[in-house]
Amino acid sequence: MAELTLQPEAAVPEVQPGKKVTNPVSRVMRYVLVRILTLFATVIVGVYLTILIANMGGYVDEIQRAQIREEAQQQALNNPSFKSLSQEEKVKRIEATVALREKRVGLDQPFAIRSFRFLKNALTLNLGWTQNMTSDSGSKQVRNIMLERLPATLLLFATSNILLFFSSIYVALALSRRYGGWMDKMIVSLAPTGSAPGWFYGIFLIVLFAAVLRILPYGGMVSAPPPENSFDYFVSLLQHMVLPVVAITLSTIFLNIYNWRTFFLIYSSEDYVDMAKAKGLNDRVLERRYILRPTLPNIISTFALTLISLWQGAPILESVFNWPGLGGTIVQAIGLYETPVIVGTTVVFAYLLALTVFLLDFVYALVDPRVKVGSGS
Amino acid sequence: MARFSRSLRDISQYPSAIGGALIILFLLGVSLYTIITIPYAEAILLWRGGQDVWYQNPTTAQPTWVNAFRKEKLPETFIINSDDLQKNIREIEGGREINITMPFDYSFDSFPQELTLYFTAEFLEKQPYVSVTLQTPDDRTIRIADFAVDHTQTFIFSQDTRLTRRLNGLIPREGIFLNPESDSKTPIKGQYILNLKVLTFEPNANVQAEFVMYGQVAGWAGTDHQRRDLGVALLWGTPIALSFGLLAALGTTVTTMVIAAIGVWYAGWLDSLIQRVTEVNLVLPFLSILIMVGAFYSRSIWVILGVTILLGIFGGSIITYRSVFLQVKESPYIEAARAYGAGNMRIILVYLIPRIIPLLIPQLVTLIPTYVFLEASLAVLGLGDPVLPTWGKVITDAISNGALYQGHYYWILEPAFLLMLTGLAFAMLGFVLDRIFNPRLRGV
Repeated sequence: MAELTLQPEAAVPEVQPGKKVTNPVSRVMRYVLVRILTLFATVIVGVYLTILIANMGGYVDEIQRAQIREEAQQQALNNPSFKSLSQEEKVKRIEATVALREKRVGLDQPFAIRSFRFLKNALTLNLGWTQNMTSDSGSKQVRNIMLERLPATLLLFATSNILLFFSSIYVALALSRRYGGWMDKMIVSLAPTGSAPGWFYGIFLIVLFAAVLRILPYGGMVSAPPPENSFDYFVSLLQHMVLPVVAITLSTIFLNIYNWRTFFLIYSSEDYVDMAKAKGLNDRVLERRYILRPTLPNIISTFALTLISLWQGAPILESVFNWPGLGGTIVQAIGLYETPVIVGTTVVFAYLLALTVFLLDFVYALVDPRVKVGSGS
Repeated sequence: MARFSRSLRDISQYPSAIGGALIILFLLGVSLYTIITIPYAEAILLWRGGQDVWYQNPTTAQPTWVNAFRKEKLPETFIINSDDLQKNIREIEGGREINITMPFDYSFDSFPQELTLYFTAEFLEKQPYVSVTLQTPDDRTIRIADFAVDHTQTFIFSQDTRLTRRLNGLIPREGIFLNPESDSKTPIKGQYILNLKVLTFEPNANVQAEFVMYGQVAGWAGTDHQRRDLGVALLWGTPIALSFGLLAALGTTVTTMVIAAIGVWYAGWLDSLIQRVTEVNLVLPFLSILIMVGAFYSRSIWVILGVTILLGIFGGSIITYRSVFLQVKESPYIEAARAYGAGNMRIILVYLIPRIIPLLIPQLVTLIPTYVFLEASLAVLGLGDPVLPTWGKVITDAISNGALYQGHYYWILEPAFLLMLTGLAFAMLGFVLDRIFNPRLRGV
């Protein structure tokens, strides 16, 4: 218990000697700005690495070159004015077309230069056109495909994450007050289920609810053809969302509750909680102000990691459930060697992850009095 | 040593830890057994050898043990080879008459997938001639077919239209087991005798026959759409999953821990750099990158393992370790160490890192299933190892061949069950280790 008594930081305001205490609002603003800038720099580095990997030592360039050549040859074959030309002249013209097109795509420059141009385009999602994939509305522009798939992913993951966060906190708080009860023991013994990813539970759920019981759809986002009336559409969407959301929730909820319950238990053995209890405060106030409040920073930092791992699992979960989101798109794009789409999806995921990290950082700074926001440490 | 035995005694007080440890031991035993009894080369042959290896198995047959839970027994798969039987050979003018009797018991409540006779014949010019008849338990004799046999010849019962006509239009795999006089839809149980009467027209000619009854169940694990025995994949998946999980978990945790300790101790620019790299790494879409590596470079499980470890070095657990190290760094005993003049590396290795080992061991154990599932995840995306049979690849095959829609649940559930078992075992042990090794939680 020696360790616990060594932690009075929560109560002591951290004013470092020799530092000017500035206005809290401007400190928070400065902190936010710095965080945005560092995270953006992070995204840039991440995307650049992605481009390096996606290019695979020139492998993708080879594909593109071959494609340009084939197109040029095909065009030459179909062009009636080419028929009268001699063989050498034909080859020369084809070579000229190929060179021109390679220059247009930028294949004549060394990769080091090209990669930076590609980086700029990737960050602005200005990734040109696809070769084989089209968006559902028929567009071949990479950005349109991305933007079309993004809402589906956001809908699915935002719903499950919000559900996960609040239900975990609620149950964990309730359990921490009933330490050792049968509910508590059950959750503790269920916690190891967190080792399996969402898609894994997804398969079981599909077997049970779609194949055997036939009460929920196998996958997809709405039934086909999509209902015209918006209420029916909404109902159908809900039906299709049940299984993926449950799969995501099942894969993390017990582990979350277990971890957070432990935090709550640790903090509820602090002296100030006993003090508050002795004052006669009711359980509600005790839980919210004396236990939840100091635990929140820990909870948020573990939740950030959970969220990140959930984002990472999106491609598989979406392809198992046939969900028309970004994750499913990346899997499709890989099958078709659509590098622009692969890079584009990776960039969007990087943005999403950075945004998640930023939001949680911000909340962390707000709830943790110990974080010396903007004080330069 | 005393501490170790005390930890062991602590562990033995938790039933879930004992359960987890027993399952892990069992899986290790299975791995050893597999590697010894089915050597690597044989496993590859069994898994990708082609139809010659699998022709004796039915397609998508359930495992044999399902019969234990069914009232109506499904027919099992069996093979009768004429080499194992007494051949009745009679020399006749200009050749021989060979009588092969193949008795078999049929006591199942439904019909087999198919019945097939495989012949191999030795002759110089004139093909031997075979007459096949089947004697049923109710003493009827059904003429199956009469045909000349080539060097290798296959006779598939249900593809013979003349036999179908003789059975009043019933498909032979069902018709030969039914009583023509009754309307009953269940096969007649009892001993059937398949008689092969072979006439050869050369003195030294010989015929060997193999009768395969493709049942609805086969092997302890069932078969897939290519007639492959799933048992091979399930067995070989075990050592692969365990070694992948263990190596990846060990590789990432140890490097991460050392880097976190160095960063916290030296602080300053090194710490900031480590933190920035970690942040970049967190934002990198890990799975997307693995998918790209799998799609463009190599799908070999060892390449994927290497990339996993590389991307995991600056993983999110640095944040957790850092927060612990930051607390430990301020502890009085570190101050004491500094006061007596301990060097930087000495403090890191002797005072900082040992403090985190209690945190590390449970983390390591709980990380193993994460990587076991990662391998399965990649396989589900179609990026599994091209050669090795793994659990994930069985699941992928099952999903892509519509096992969910056609009701072949065993095909998905068996590998999924093994994955779950592995995951749970390590997680259960890890959780208990966490409680025992983590002094902060011990009091709770």
